[in-house]
Amino acid sequence: MSDARSTSRWLPWHAIVVFGFLYLPIVTLIVYSFNGSGVGGFPPHNLTLDWYRMLFADDAIWESVVNSLVVAFAAMAISLMFGIPAALALDRANFPGKALFRRLVLLPLILPGIITGLSLLMLFREADVKLSLVTIVLGHGTALISVATTEVFAGLQKLDRAQEEASLDLGANYWQTLWRITIPNLRLSIVGAALLIFTLSMDEIAVSFFLIGRDNTLPLEIWGRLRRGITPEINAISSIIFVFSLIAIVSWYRLRMTAEGTPEITAEVVETAQGL
Amino acid sequence: MFSRAYRAAITLPPVLWVAVFLLVPYALLFCYSFWSVSPSQTIVHTWTLDNYRELFRVNVYLQTLFRSMWIAARVMIFSLLLGYPLAYYLSFYAGARKDLFYQLVIIPLWVSYLVRAYAWKTILGSDGVLNTLLQYVHLTKHPLEFLLYSPFAVVLTLTHIYTPFAFLPIYAALEHIPRNLVEASHDLGASPLQTFWRVIFPLSIPGVLAGATFAFVLSLGDFLAPLLLGGPSGIMISNIVVSLFGAAYNWPLGAAISLCMLLLVLALLLLSEKLEKKWSFR
Repeated sequence: MSDARSTSRWLPWHAIVVFGFLYLPIVTLIVYSFNGSGVGGFPPHNLTLDWYRMLFADDAIWESVVNSLVVAFAAMAISLMFGIPAALALDRANFPGKALFRRLVLLPLILPGIITGLSLLMLFREADVKLSLVTIVLGHGTALISVATTEVFAGLQKLDRAQEEASLDLGANYWQTLWRITIPNLRLSIVGAALLIFTLSMDEIAVSFFLIGRDNTLPLEIWGRLRRGITPEINAISSIIFVFSLIAIVSWYRLRMTAEGTPEITAEVVETAQGL
Repeated sequence: MFSRAYRAAITLPPVLWVAVFLLVPYALLFCYSFWSVSPSQTIVHTWTLDNYRELFRVNVYLQTLFRSMWIAARVMIFSLLLGYPLAYYLSFYAGARKDLFYQLVIIPLWVSYLVRAYAWKTILGSDGVLNTLLQYVHLTKHPLEFLLYSPFAVVLTLTHIYTPFAFLPIYAALEHIPRNLVEASHDLGASPLQTFWRVIFPLSIPGVLAGATFAFVLSLGDFLAPLLLGGPSGIMISNIVVSLFGAAYNWPLGAAISLCMLLLVLALLLLSEKLEKKWSFR
C-alpha cells in the first residue's frame, strides 16, 4: 500500500490537525490553571499555584467530589448488578419481549441524556420520591446498565463454551458453574465495564441536571460556578480531573490489551451496541 | 443447556429494573405530553391535544427544532470530515504508531464533557485566549465577537466532542476490511484512488453510518454547550425543554417536545440500521 503516495502525503498532516483540534482545549485548560492573571489573555504570565491553593481550601468543591464518588460507586454497583444478568439473559435465554428489552436496555447509550433525565424526573414525581443523591444514583445506574451489558455481552461472545459444559458434565450445578466458571472468565470485561461506568458517572451531567436535590455532584457544582463566571479555580479542578481520567483510561486500556490483545476497544462497545 | 430456574434468575431482575426505570418513564413522557398544567401550577391528568397544537401554532418551537437539526447536521459532517481520514490514516498507514494514535483519539473521550466545553469558552471569549493571541500578533485590533455566543461556537465545541465518536465505528469498520481485498485490487491494476472508492469506502459505509448517527443524535439533544457558548442565536431545542421543566413550569409541553425529539431519534436509528444492513457485506 506504499504506492498510494499522493493520498498518504496529506493524511499525516490531516491527522496532526485533528490531534491539534482535539488537544488544544485540554492543553489551554491546563496551562491557564497556572496563570496568575486569570483565564484568558495571551501570553500566559505570572505562573502560580494560587488557584490550586484556593481550590484545596474550597470546601464546597470537595463536598461535591465526595458526593460524586459515592454516586459513582453506587451507580457502578447497580449497573453491574443488573447489567451482567442482562448480558447473560440476552446471550442465553429466550423470553417474550426480548427484542424490546434489548432495545430498551441499550437506548440510554445513544439517546440524548436529557430524555432519560426528564423521563426519570416524571417517574420520581409521580411516585412522590424526593430528589436527592439517591435519585441521581438510580438515574446513573439505569442509564449505565447499557455499558455493563454491552461490555459483558462482548466478553460472553468470546467465552469458551466447552468450559461451562465440562463443568456441568462434571456435576457442578448451574450456580456453581456461573460463579466458578462463567464470572471468573468474564472478569476482565467486568472490571473494564466497572472502570468505564465509574468514569462516565463521575462526568455525567445531563441526567443529574434533572434529578438533582440539595447536594451537588462535582459536574453540577462546576456548572453552577460557570453560570456565575469563569475562574482559574475551575481550570485547576478540571486539570486534576484530567489527570485522574488519564490514569483511568490508561489502566482500562492496559486491561483490555491483556484481555483482547488488540487495541480495538471502545469501538467494540459501539459495535456490540449496534449488533445486539 | 440451561435450566428454567437459571434462565429466570438471569432474566427477571434486569427485565423488572428496566421496566420500572426505563419503560415506565418513557410511557410517562408519552402520557405527560397529553396532560396539561392548571393555572395554580398543578398537573391536570386529563387527556388533551393542546400541547401538540401549541407546538405547531407557535413558530419558535419548530424553528428551534430545525435550527437544532441544522447544527447537528453540521456537527455530523465536520466530525466525519475530521474522523474519516484520521481513521483511514490510522488503519492503513500509521504502522507501529497505530496503538499510540488510537489511545490519543480516545483520551479526550474520557475527559469531562463539561470541562472541554468550558475550555472552548475560555479560548473563544472576547478577552479569551484566541482573541488576545490574535491581537498580540497584531492580526486583529478588536476582539472577534462572533467567536463566542454564536451557533459557530456550538458547532465547533460539539464537533470537538463528537469527532472521536464518529472516528470509532469508522476505524472499526476499516480494521475489519480484509487486507487481501485491497491487495487484490492493487494487483488487478486499480490506482490507489480507485481502490479507495471502489473497495475500501463501500466496505466502510456501515461504520460511517454509525458514526454519523452518533454525532447527529447526541448533538441534536445537547443543551449544555448551547447554554454555555451559544448565546441567544445558538439556542437549541433541548434548551426550550429545560426552561419548560424549570422556570416556565410547563412539563406537559416540555414532554410533548421531548417526545417529538425521541420519535425523531428513533426514526433515525431505524433508518441507519436499515441502511447499515443494506451496506453490510459481512
